Amino acid sequence: MSAKLLEAKSITMQFGGLKAVDSLSFHINQGELVGLIGPNGAGKTTVFNMLTSVYKPTSGEVIFLSEPTVSLKPYQVARKGMTRTFQNIRLFKDLTVLENVLIGGTKDISYGFFSSILQTSKYFQQEKALKEKAIELLAIFGLEKKAHAPASALPYGEQRKLEIIRALATQPKLICLDEPAAGMNHQETHQLMETIAKIRKDFRLTVLLIEHDMKLVMGICERIIVLDHGVKIEEGSPQVIQSSPKVIEAYLGAEDIH
Amino acid sequence: MKKPLLALIGLIFVGFLIDLSFDAFIQLTLIYVLINMILAMSLNLVSGFTGQFSLGHAGFMAAGAYASAFLSTIFPMNPGPMQFVYFLFYAIAGGAVAGLAGYLVGLPTLRLRGDYLAIVTLGFGEIIRVILLNTKTVGGARGMYGITGPTDFTLGSWTISKFLIGYAHAIFWVVACFVVIWRIIRSHHGRAFLSVREDEIAAEAMGIHTTQTKVRAFVLSSFFAGVAGSIFAHYANYLNPASFSFNRSVDAVIMVVLGGMGSLSGSLMAATIITILPEALRPLQEITGVDLRMVIYSLALILLMILRPKGLMGTKEVNEFWRKYVRKTS
Ligand SMILES: Nc1ncnc2c1ncn2[C@@H]1O[C@H](COP(=O)(O)OP(=O)(O)OP(=O)(O)O)[C@@H](O)[C@H]1O
Ligand SMILES: [Mg+2]
Repeated sequence: MSAKLLEAKSITMQFGGLKAVDSLSFHINQGELVGLIGPNGAGKTTVFNMLTSVYKPTSGEVIFLSEPTVSLKPYQVARKGMTRTFQNIRLFKDLTVLENVLIGGTKDISYGFFSSILQTSKYFQQEKALKEKAIELLAIFGLEKKAHAPASALPYGEQRKLEIIRALATQPKLICLDEPAAGMNHQETHQLMETIAKIRKDFRLTVLLIEHDMKLVMGICERIIVLDHGVKIEEGSPQVIQSSPKVIEAYLGAEDIH
Repeated sequence: MKKPLLALIGLIFVGFLIDLSFDAFIQLTLIYVLINMILAMSLNLVSGFTGQFSLGHAGFMAAGAYASAFLSTIFPMNPGPMQFVYFLFYAIAGGAVAGLAGYLVGLPTLRLRGDYLAIVTLGFGEIIRVILLNTKTVGGARGMYGITGPTDFTLGSWTISKFLIGYAHAIFWVVACFVVIWRIIRSHHGRAFLSVREDEIAAEAMGIHTTQTKVRAFVLSSFFAGVAGSIFAHYANYLNPASFSFNRSVDAVIMVVLGGMGSLSGSLMAATIITILPEALRPLQEITGVDLRMVIYSLALILLMILRPKGLMGTKEVNEFWRKYVRKTS
């Protein structure tokens, strides 16, 4: 059960003179829900970008499903089973809610280019199955009624949910959520966290969750990694994190600046 | 395949009527409308649906036109009922050459993000033109004369005219191009095109191989541009590198933008307007003695862009407007 699904070995990301992430090592076990927290600019999103091959780490290695991934393209990492959402929502705005989810269905489609031109029975079967599955996914988050609305017409909170649904459509093993509750109110946030816990069970997912707000992750994460100025300053259970002087200092320090 | 086939048969019947009722000048203009429809739809695939800017579509059209014309000197056409098959063969070959050119231009360029494609295709269009200007075997600057084209033939007591054959061939490709793009867009492969247009980084994160997707769209688009070139070559019986100048590439862009990026029916409308407008304004020039065409043409475009900044159709198709209208009125 506790086989390592993902391992980051001393990954570093240097932007000019700035080390956004500095020799960070951590791992995620199969089935875990791990939180990655840290004050503004700590390097959390940069970690996601390295894991998903959007950035190539300046040094270090990422092992996913026992294979190194830094030389892979982002789409290859996604097809391997690691997918993500974006902090600054990146939906396909002019497409419908349903189309956004359908695009994640690469693994469900095996009909070729010519099948789609000739509209063979294989094309119809797979399209139908894919659409049904997409609607089911939308229903988990109560978005099925808005399937044909343009994605840009959704309110902010629902756009964030749609990003998660879209990511789920790729059949991931590991899903990386970058501040999925940003901009949501207290109640919405609470609901979202419950849904995340639920889909994690239903889809047997492993989740890596970035959250800015420390209190929020305490409730659902089993293990938390704390980043500050690109360096891991603490790692452990919520209890350990809550009482860690280093973490308190990092957060207080950050709050002083605000 | 039923609906497209019925549409094709219906449109060919319309061709019969046009053949009987209009003069050669109008018929020629109509063929140019059809050619521009194919050109506009093919560019729309790359620019409107996939979000990549190509400024060298005339180059691909030229590649198809010259390849097709050259091929017809090696495998000369047999005038008779089999003409259509020859033109189909020339068009596919011309399209294939243009598609190959598209692959060679697209593969290195489309890996990069941003506007590289616009610059490289612009260069490509000019390079093709200059090469053709300096290639003696295809006539160089003098142009290529006597390209075989549709000829009248009799079938029992029926005479099938040059126009009708050319029209049938052109309309076949208009329907084919429309159906192919329409259907691809409604498949996973086409949704991949759209996702690339919307957000490349997100598309990759969803497992879309964005480079491959762009190259596919570009090759298919070049293929159809080449087909448009082939139809042009054989109907006009004459080719000149000047026909494929930068202006023609720009015309194609105008048609796509005017019709609406990502709307096939918009491209059809815009191709019709852009082809007919200068011809329709010709009498005005004769009356006033000044060439006002470009002025009116530009004013019309500016006005349209102010009134409908997303083009005539935006990203919608005619049938979507129709559905909305029916819902409102019922
Ligand atoms: N592409 C880039 N080029 C240069 N600097 C970058 C780039 N991406 C991130 N940075 C810098 O790296 C540092 C870490 O940024 P990152 O976005 O990873 O932080 P974060 O922990 O996600 O912060 P937040 O909570 O605000 O989202 C910041 O100082 C940021 O300005
Ligand atoms: Mg961030």
